Amino acid sequence: MSDFVSDFWNLYVVVIVTGSILACVALLIIQGKATFTPGKTMGHVWDETLEEYNNPMPRWWTWMFVITVIFAFVYLALYPGLGNFKGMLGWTAVGQHKAEVAKVDAAVKPLFDKYLAMDVKAVAADKQAMEMGKRLFLTYCMQCHGADARGAKGFPNLTDSDWLYGGEPEQIKQTIADGRMGVMPPHAQLGADTVKDLANFVRSLSGLPSDSVRAAKGKEAFASAGCLGCHGPEGKGMHAVGAPNLTDKVWLYGSSEATISETINNGRQNKMPAWKEFLGEAKVHLLSAYVFSLSQGAK
Amino acid sequence: MISPETPPSLSESVPPVVVSFYEKHKKIYIRDVRGWWNTWRWVLVWLTQIIFFGTPWLQWNDRQAVLFHLAERKFYLFGLVLWPQDVFYLALLLIISAYALFLFTAIAGRLFCGYACPQTVYSEIFMWVENRVEGDRASRMKLDKAKITFRKFRLKALKHFVWIALSLWTGFTLVAYFTPVAELLNALPFGLSGWELFWMLFYAGFCYMQAGFLREQVCKYMCPYARFQGVMFDPDTLVITYDAARGDPRGARKKNVDKSLQLGDCVDCGLCVVVCPTGIDIRKGIQYECIGCGACIDACDPVMEKIGAPRGLIRYTTENALARHFSPADIAKHILRPRIMVYTAILVAITLASVVSLAVRVPLKVDVIRDRSLLAREAEDGRIENVYNLKIMNTTEAAQRYALKVDGLGGAEIVGEPSVSVGSAENHEITVVVRVPPDVGNKGANSIFFDIKAFDHDHISVREKATFLMP
Repeated sequence: MSDFVSDFWNLYVVVIVTGSILACVALLIIQGKATFTPGKTMGHVWDETLEEYNNPMPRWWTWMFVITVIFAFVYLALYPGLGNFKGMLGWTAVGQHKAEVAKVDAAVKPLFDKYLAMDVKAVAADKQAMEMGKRLFLTYCMQCHGADARGAKGFPNLTDSDWLYGGEPEQIKQTIADGRMGVMPPHAQLGADTVKDLANFVRSLSGLPSDSVRAAKGKEAFASAGCLGCHGPEGKGMHAVGAPNLTDKVWLYGSSEATISETINNGRQNKMPAWKEFLGEAKVHLLSAYVFSLSQGAK
Repeated sequence: MISPETPPSLSESVPPVVVSFYEKHKKIYIRDVRGWWNTWRWVLVWLTQIIFFGTPWLQWNDRQAVLFHLAERKFYLFGLVLWPQDVFYLALLLIISAYALFLFTAIAGRLFCGYACPQTVYSEIFMWVENRVEGDRASRMKLDKAKITFRKFRLKALKHFVWIALSLWTGFTLVAYFTPVAELLNALPFGLSGWELFWMLFYAGFCYMQAGFLREQVCKYMCPYARFQGVMFDPDTLVITYDAARGDPRGARKKNVDKSLQLGDCVDCGLCVVVCPTGIDIRKGIQYECIGCGACIDACDPVMEKIGAPRGLIRYTTENALARHFSPADIAKHILRPRIMVYTAILVAITLASVVSLAVRVPLKVDVIRDRSLLAREAEDGRIENVYNLKIMNTTEAAQRYALKVDGLGGAEIVGEPSVSVGSAENHEITVVVRVPPDVGNKGANSIFFDIKAFDHDHISVREKATFLMP
């Protein structure tokens, strides 16, 4: 109600609101007296014999009406409603929401603080903490990683033992708190042929069927084009830059020759958002423990 | 409407006056009356109040038998636990109540108003207190007119003390339907939560105000049912009627005077007016203020006996019966008319349907929520996966173990443990991954079905439809 561009609309609302209430008062006063002929009906007849007289109302009805008018003015004085007037209480929907969130936060703070003081591995072993963690995960993480945390195309599976940035508790916590930017630069300048060689080589690394001649050429290109800079001489990947391990069966985007060629040609950009600001340390800690616990079965 | 004392025929000559549209309420002093109909009213007072005040104290399975637990969002009704999803039954209950009201009203007028309405019941209780403390109608009028003396103060204080105590107990009982009564007792008086205290005082306050002070004004000016029950009347509806043909012309008479005075049976004693809880004169015909309580019948019949006339100058009868001089047998014959049959049929049908539906209700609810973000996923072995969250609501009061099955696509199977344990009256969420061979179904959406079945109760099983997306 407070964002009118011109003052006209503010006045427009004020006039209509107060005018309506005052009109109600006027109605009460004007209609307070009636011409009344004792014994005369109002002249309406229903169902052949049903008629109505014009008898006075009990006085307390008037007072009820007056009370509603007073209530309206008191309400408009306390709460926003009269154009740009903010109300004496300063109430806003946003403020109320914040207050309620703060109330809940204050109520659950001791619980979160208890876990925050514990080591991630210890939290991961706590049944109640894991129930909380699961609920947090289903609220904030499942949109990308799935409700079962096993990811999707472009979103890592969190339940296996393969980690882009490392699966130790502090590394997981850093990933969640600060986010990650995974960048695979495009290498289309290598030419289509070399890219195909590379793709075959990459497939051979994890034992997928490949053209052995192309794979051999790809092995050389792997070194000369600088792939090993990130993926390591053996293609085992590197946690420091989040380069995937190319020798296992885990594929973030897919393992077909076409998909790998596409990855090499165009590169990939992956982003894990940073949650520290939004969720706060305590929830990040709990989520780290939950994600850590997910991968423990896979070892 | 309360008609003025002048008969309409004379009203033409009365000059119009300008008066206030509102006037101070005139207090009605109601004379106590004993009789057949009043006895029935008291039977219903006892019945309704024993149920209302007694129910919260009943126990069932180590819990309160009837408890509307708002925080848990569960309604416990003896052996039945209703969840928010069962709100449908509330609608059925309201429909049943409505049709019962239509049916009773069509047959015998405002039975609910006269005998069972809380406003009537509590007013009756409060008036009983008033009668015991302040005495009969005449004494009460005298007491109100009298200057304040110690005796008047003592009587008034005692009356209001009893009223307030009754009201507070009523308010306490209401809250006991929502908070277990044992907890409430322990919390009294200062340990109550804000809302508990608010509702207790709110309900108590309204009870005190409406049964103590407003009384007939609730029926006359506030109650919507009072207004529309008249709509359900027809010429064969039993209503309380003064038999004008028999009673008029009215007049006082001495005993054993012969009938040559050309007087009707009505001796104009005015008893029917002073016992009326809404202060009307039933002899003016049916009026919307009449709540059909029968007090005037109970007042008139003994008078008729005294003067040697047959009872029933004021009686339950119908418009048609008066006009066509029906015998009671004829009136009974007219009860079965199309409108009554339709009401009865609908009422019986809905009641039966509700009872059957409650009896065969499966105490298990499942919501299948497909993962919003993942369309389909290729597993390591090339099969296609979709992820679902199942919210499994065990509405029994025992822990259950359920087996999960999925079908609808050839070769569909659940990855991992296809069973789940859910505690008593618990809502448990599990994540289920369904895997199908890559070559089944159509590209896009396919229907699959989850079967959730309790291990040791065959009748507890639910089949839920879901969508499986193929890439």
